Amino acid sequence: MAELHLWSGLRALADGKEMVEIEGATVGQVLDGLVAAYPGLEPALKRGVSVAVDGQIVPNSRNHPVKPDSEIFLLQKLAGG
Amino acid sequence: MALDGQKTAYKYIGTTPNRPDGLDKVTGRARYGADISVPGMLHGAVVRSPHAHAKIVKIDATKALAMEGVKAVITRADFPEGLEGEDWDLQENCMAGEKALYDGHAVAAVAATTPLLARDAAKAIEVTYEILPHVTDVDEAMKEGAPVIREGAADFSVPEGMHPNVVRYFDSGRGDLDKGFAEADLIIERSFTTEAAHQGYIEPHACLGQMGADGRGELWVCTQGHWFMRRMSTAVLGIETTNIRVTPSEIGGGFGGKTTIFIEPLSLALSRKAGGKPVKMVMSRNEVLRATGPTASASMDVKMGMTKDGRITAAHGTFRMQGGAFAGAPVDVTTMLAFANYDIEHVHHIGYDVITNRPRQAAYRAPGAPMAAFATESVIDELCRELGLDPIDTRLKNAAKEGTRATFGPKYGPIGFVETLEAAKAHPNYSEPLGPNQGRGVASGYWMNWGGETSASVAISEDGSVTVSVGTPDIGGSRASMALMAAEAFGIPYENVRVNISDTGALGVNEPTHGSRATYASGLATIRAAEECIGKMCKRAADKWGIDPEAVVWEDGCAKPSGPNAGEFPPMTIAEIAGEMGGTGGPISGHYEDSPAGFSGSFGTHVVDVEVDPETGRTTILRYLVVQDAGKAIHPAYVEGQFQGGAAQGIGWALNEEYVYGPDGRLQNPVFLDYRVPVASDLPMIDTVIVEVPNPGHPYGVRGVGETGITPPLPAVANAVRDATGKRICKLPLRPSRVLAAIQGKEV
Repeated sequence: MAELHLWSGLRALADGKEMVEIEGATVGQVLDGLVAAYPGLEPALKRGVSVAVDGQIVPNSRNHPVKPDSEIFLLQKLAGG
Repeated sequence: MALDGQKTAYKYIGTTPNRPDGLDKVTGRARYGADISVPGMLHGAVVRSPHAHAKIVKIDATKALAMEGVKAVITRADFPEGLEGEDWDLQENCMAGEKALYDGHAVAAVAATTPLLARDAAKAIEVTYEILPHVTDVDEAMKEGAPVIREGAADFSVPEGMHPNVVRYFDSGRGDLDKGFAEADLIIERSFTTEAAHQGYIEPHACLGQMGADGRGELWVCTQGHWFMRRMSTAVLGIETTNIRVTPSEIGGGFGGKTTIFIEPLSLALSRKAGGKPVKMVMSRNEVLRATGPTASASMDVKMGMTKDGRITAAHGTFRMQGGAFAGAPVDVTTMLAFANYDIEHVHHIGYDVITNRPRQAAYRAPGAPMAAFATESVIDELCRELGLDPIDTRLKNAAKEGTRATFGPKYGPIGFVETLEAAKAHPNYSEPLGPNQGRGVASGYWMNWGGETSASVAISEDGSVTVSVGTPDIGGSRASMALMAAEAFGIPYENVRVNISDTGALGVNEPTHGSRATYASGLATIRAAEECIGKMCKRAADKWGIDPEAVVWEDGCAKPSGPNAGEFPPMTIAEIAGEMGGTGGPISGHYEDSPAGFSGSFGTHVVDVEVDPETGRTTILRYLVVQDAGKAIHPAYVEGQFQGGAAQGIGWALNEEYVYGPDGRLQNPVFLDYRVPVASDLPMIDTVIVEVPNPGHPYGVRGVGETGITPPLPAVANAVRDATGKRICKLPLRPSRVLAAIQGKEV
């Protein structure tokens, strides 16, 4: 299962965990699995997050593939000028 | 660096031809937002609140509507109800509802037959206000007893017990801060403030909107992103997205400030109410400064620990930002990037997004990053001074590199921070002798860049020339970059490529030219679309020669047999294939769409020399060096232009630019005479060094370069002033009165 890391502000919504293991073949499946396991995270995900998979930031890419040993970080929603 | 599958030898990339839009722009033929006119159009004007915070008791347009030539007046009552979230914020900002939330907030708008009549009619609209207490300072807005801008604006993230003006809260980090600070030989903690700075684009916002009786409309507008413009405008007006076609004009600067809406839905609403007549609206500079987004102002506390030999052991930052009367100050990005230059094991960031009675902030070049850099790079400078360390060597010791775990979580891929530091150290500017009252400052910065929704098409013309259609408005020379990449892909001269910025009816959704993404993302799409064309042209040649398409290669603008086994055929040029295409299968075009995720951040290091007049406190920039990683510079002159432009804006933010509010909450300096941006005579030629560490996520190695350049100047200039005066000033801007007070030992 992929390792999904939460920024510290999200940890209170996930039983205090910094890292959770979630099954899924895509970013979308992992995020859906995360909300199913920790429903309190849903508002944060709805507000918008960016996702880094194995060092690559993949915004808006729910279909981006995830490997069983992938390292995933949730990041703040990105923007730019 | 050669990367698998990445091109490394170029014929056109790296050259500096004239920009295709250059002649139009220097001769006045280019059409900007205010240049669009159509027969029978009306002119719009906006009634704006003179109060920072006030209940709107009554709006009486009787006198205005009685004026001959006045065709329509709109207020919030002309907009749909029931919007939520971001859409409600946009609507409320474009047209106030129950309350005016800042000086300059739109409360009504009028359309009339001439601009003068529209302005007179706006003055004739009588608005009755009930003035409310206001707050414009971020720290004051968080205090108990501060006026509440809007109850219930906070989201789930804000801890209980905070003031209702705190609307978002961020907390991130890793490691053990106590352990990290215990390992330090020196710990320095400072508090900093930066003021709001406006993007300062030369061209004010301008548009022409028309809504027909069939509910369909057109919008011609100066914008960084016309699909954003379409989505936002239709959302606040309650109409279907595709009922509006948006065509972008040329754009006289944006820097993030033209990624959102202000007057555009008003022109459409006025047109709808005026029976479908087109309505042109052009902002004055006063309106631009009072009512369009500057960036956020910030109040920050940063604490860092360092060993005697220069290793950063721990870092902690608290960042408070106000972004006006709506959630959205970029403190989320600030917390992510504050320490992102460095490899730090123990790090923690806290951020507060606070609302105040100021205009809604908009993105401004690397939004959120320059403020954080001012604080963190100033503290690093202090640590180096106290420990007697070279500022570049110290940064090299701690620099993030490929494989470093970023302070925001994931590991970096190939990046060029070390290379920028080494190039800065080797540059003659770094060893130039300094005179009396002169000082040198060093600072580094980072912007992570962006991919975003992208759609582009390439079409082959009958004579073999090529038309590229992209959806990212050309702000900094992207037509030239697209043309160079297409020329490289096809192997044809740059002059044989024409690049168009398409309207919303011609391509799929494109995000704006923002996030330093245009050359990366639209460039990638252009290359891929060109490759599709090349595949089709190889097949046409193969069909003609009676061989397999796989036996044909594309070289130097020609289809050729791939080797002796493929047969002996003379190369077919793109012009020959194009000339026959009507009879060999029809038009040849290529298309590509993606939300590319292979963008990669760009690091930069700046070195600045200043001289400070000890009698006046005036700071003069003597020398300025920008070193930045471009991945691969497609058009080096425009890359340098981005470096120089970012530095110039950052210097302005550091030395002069600030929003000055009076006790009544009104903006005191809403003109360029009083809001002082640097002009050419203020600055020396800004020296540049382009570092090229290719980005593996782009066929030619491109990284976005537009935003990083504004991140280091704030601390670099402050560090240089510290070097020149011996005084550490933790508040920006470093205006002469403030610097003089510091020199005189007064509190600043």
